[in-house]
Amino acid sequence: MTTRTTRTTDTATDGLATTRRRLWAALEARDEPAAAAAVLGAHDAGVPAEDLLLDVIGAVQARVGTEWAADRIGVAQEHAATAIQERVVAALSRRTADGAGHRPEDGPGTRRVTVACVDGEWHALPARLLAEVLRGRGFLVDYLGAHVPTPHLIAHLHQTGTDVVALSSSLPIRLPTAHAAVTAVQAIGLPVLVGGAAFGPEGRYARLLGADGWAPDARAAARLLAVGPPARDPARTGVPGDLPHLADQEYTLVTRARTQLVRQVLQGLQEAVPATAAYTERQRERTAEDIAQIVDFLAASLYADDAELFTGFVTWTAGILRARGVPGGALVAALDLLADVQSEFPRARAHLVAGRRALVRPSAPPASGLHS
Amino acid sequence: MTVFEDESGRSRETTGAGSTSWIGSPHPAVVADRDGGVVEFNAAAADLFPRMRVGTWLDEVVPGWLADAHRRLARTTRAPVAAATASAGPAPLRGSHDGRLLRAHPTESGHGDVAWWLVDDSDLTAAQDALRTERERHAILADASTQLLASLNPDRCLEKAALLAADHLGDAALVISPPVRNRHAVVTAMAGGFERTQVNLDPAVVPGLAEALQGFPPVPARWIDPAELPSWAVPEDFGGPPGSVAISPLPGHGVPAGALILLRRGGRRAFDASEELFARLFAARAGAALSAARLYAEQARVTRALIAELLPPRLHHVDGVDFAGGYRTSQDTERIGGDFYDVHPGTEDGPETLAVLGDVCGKGLDAAVLTGRIRSTVHALLPLAGDHQNVLRLLNGALLTARHTRFATLVLASVRRTGGRVRLRLTSAGHPRPLVLRATGEVEEADTGGTLVGALPVVTSRSATVDLSPGETCLLYTDGITEARGGPLGSAMFGEDRLRSALAECVGLPAEAVVERVQMIAGDWVGRGPHDDMAVVAITAPHTTHLSAVNGHTRGRYTA
Repeated sequence: MTTRTTRTTDTATDGLATTRRRLWAALEARDEPAAAAAVLGAHDAGVPAEDLLLDVIGAVQARVGTEWAADRIGVAQEHAATAIQERVVAALSRRTADGAGHRPEDGPGTRRVTVACVDGEWHALPARLLAEVLRGRGFLVDYLGAHVPTPHLIAHLHQTGTDVVALSSSLPIRLPTAHAAVTAVQAIGLPVLVGGAAFGPEGRYARLLGADGWAPDARAAARLLAVGPPARDPARTGVPGDLPHLADQEYTLVTRARTQLVRQVLQGLQEAVPATAAYTERQRERTAEDIAQIVDFLAASLYADDAELFTGFVTWTAGILRARGVPGGALVAALDLLADVQSEFPRARAHLVAGRRALVRPSAPPASGLHS
Repeated sequence: MTVFEDESGRSRETTGAGSTSWIGSPHPAVVADRDGGVVEFNAAAADLFPRMRVGTWLDEVVPGWLADAHRRLARTTRAPVAAATASAGPAPLRGSHDGRLLRAHPTESGHGDVAWWLVDDSDLTAAQDALRTERERHAILADASTQLLASLNPDRCLEKAALLAADHLGDAALVISPPVRNRHAVVTAMAGGFERTQVNLDPAVVPGLAEALQGFPPVPARWIDPAELPSWAVPEDFGGPPGSVAISPLPGHGVPAGALILLRRGGRRAFDASEELFARLFAARAGAALSAARLYAEQARVTRALIAELLPPRLHHVDGVDFAGGYRTSQDTERIGGDFYDVHPGTEDGPETLAVLGDVCGKGLDAAVLTGRIRSTVHALLPLAGDHQNVLRLLNGALLTARHTRFATLVLASVRRTGGRVRLRLTSAGHPRPLVLRATGEVEEADTGGTLVGALPVVTSRSATVDLSPGETCLLYTDGITEARGGPLGSAMFGEDRLRSALAECVGLPAEAVVERVQMIAGDWVGRGPHDDMAVVAITAPHTTHLSAVNGHTRGRYTA
């Protein structure tokens, strides 16, 4: 579906680049009025709202993530920038709500879409941008926001005549939760489109979890939805997705033993890496949180049965640590300690070994959905 | 029985001599030579083919399909190569004779004679056919039930019922829902697609429709004259007038769920008995699913109306001060709980904005009902908000005289902006003290305290006054945050220290971002573990335009 002419002229591209620069400068200065002025000014100058949402706000948000990863901005600054971006989206949305709202051609295509983040997912901006893009293209959109517990999502779907659900998740450690949400939505006979970094390269985990569709970005999602809701196989309604590799119970046991694993590794680290023995209580807790995250990613990679999920996470973490001048030895030591206590779990061991190998012979770190 | 299976060297004489065993077989058996002449047969064969004699031609006494098969087999047997393949056991033939279904297995003697073993399959085939039909119907009903019960949304359910009926019961189907203010929602389905319309109709004009829409007592499906069907009931691309039309009620849970109209092309006038039963089963399932969806929708509507006042409000900018709130109930299935907050903009009586955040003893619906009462009482006492102690005294009195026995803790915050600064008057009634985040990153605790409300006849309190510079935040929270248990090592309490550290990282953040960050950190702390209701309100003095103007990064800015 082409709802607008593609603007490829140099001036348009320059305009977007200039707007991005102005927006970034405003975010760095935590200057909300300037941020709004940059985006709304470009809108006044004729830049389509969708381009502003995706090629300006979305692109700048991606930069916020990379700048944080490179330790050029802090957590607080990242949050401030995100909050301002949310407000800019809201301001842009108020402008376009009543005016240009051209409806796409009537037809059997999708009319009403519910956009939500899975339970535990706090990164709402990608979902928000999708919701605004869809609204701009004439869909009826229910945007439920960040961190939507599955029972709330299902109740909402029963109470509204939604045609299709779009679920967003950025962290792969939410895959089991996302799976539960996908299954629950499908059980009430609705198709689910998923998106976000959690679903892996080329959306490979989307297929694994049995989602009805996957989109790499908001425009692709809008195109998919415009074609109409993906066909649901009625025979599969109510039949949970089948992940035969879970039969080995490794995911379940690792998840259940999470606290215990964190304690064991933390203790082991104090012996293996002498520096950690001198940690303050607060440093110890931070370290425990880091270990917990390693365990969570290990569990997710077991759930998805994909060692690459785990290696992607550890190489990314190593990059984060490098940017902050933290030696990576502790990370390798933590993986070794984890592998020691996973002796009865062949898959977990294999993933840990793969992770270690990736650390010791580092290649270019792939993009990961991990945020602070 | 094995006589003819060994074709290697036995003569026909041996075969004949040892044949007493098969002569008495209950299954018909006939031996014919290569030219089609009957050589031997048993009593069962004689019963089946009364004109059969030794020496008669098969053509004259058995059905053509069997005689033809014999000819084909006898001919191929003459070729030695073909004989080898034939002896591997050709597939049995099937055919009918005299109303019976027969299965015929040939075996060869080796010198051209073929024995035909016949098995009467009539009963088996009939049973198999019945089983297949039954299985198909069962599968369709199971699938229909799954699809119908999947959604509790009445519109979706109506569409599904119409689509399934059009697929399995007729060429097109209409599901007509009971009237809402004389208008009926009608879904017309045909060939996998559907259309939804609202029709203003008088059911009396369609014979049987009024009765079907009443639902009870259940009336059987009724075939009506297609000419009596109004034109709106026939889909445009149906291809002419329908050949036959049936109207059936959809019996619901004691309430009518609607009516089903089936259209068929051509002259297929009625269902046979099993189709009739199938249609009734389908109607029962569709009716049950539709009324379940309607009941749910009705209940959900009532619940929404009742809890609308209990839901946490959306906070925003009031009189130059940023407010943001966040709420998470202890149960993911609930939307309301025992924590509450409100922000009341100032009035002529009192120019200050009053923010209130509190926690009723207990959780779930019962607690939520009491939060509603407290919130309305505080709202009513707004003109007196200049004196927090007075508000708390009156609130305490109101709670003590009510019949419930719960108590509550709360914080009142009167907020007023003067110039770039925001002045807060904070009073805690038995509630965790508000935290104040300074621009330096220091976190202070407001020096206020008091007794909780709803328990003792007399309440006392001490207020604190706090000034916020631009970018500074005052955080009100409930103990659901600080008492949350979890963390990387298991069951540690989140505690005030961690909350203070989390807050310290929020220097200069807008109110929403502070709330979101606190919620996120506490949420990650509990993980999937159980937790109490959690509520947070941030009151933030906005950065002034002056501050951003002196910042060198900004250019070409204008007020949005």
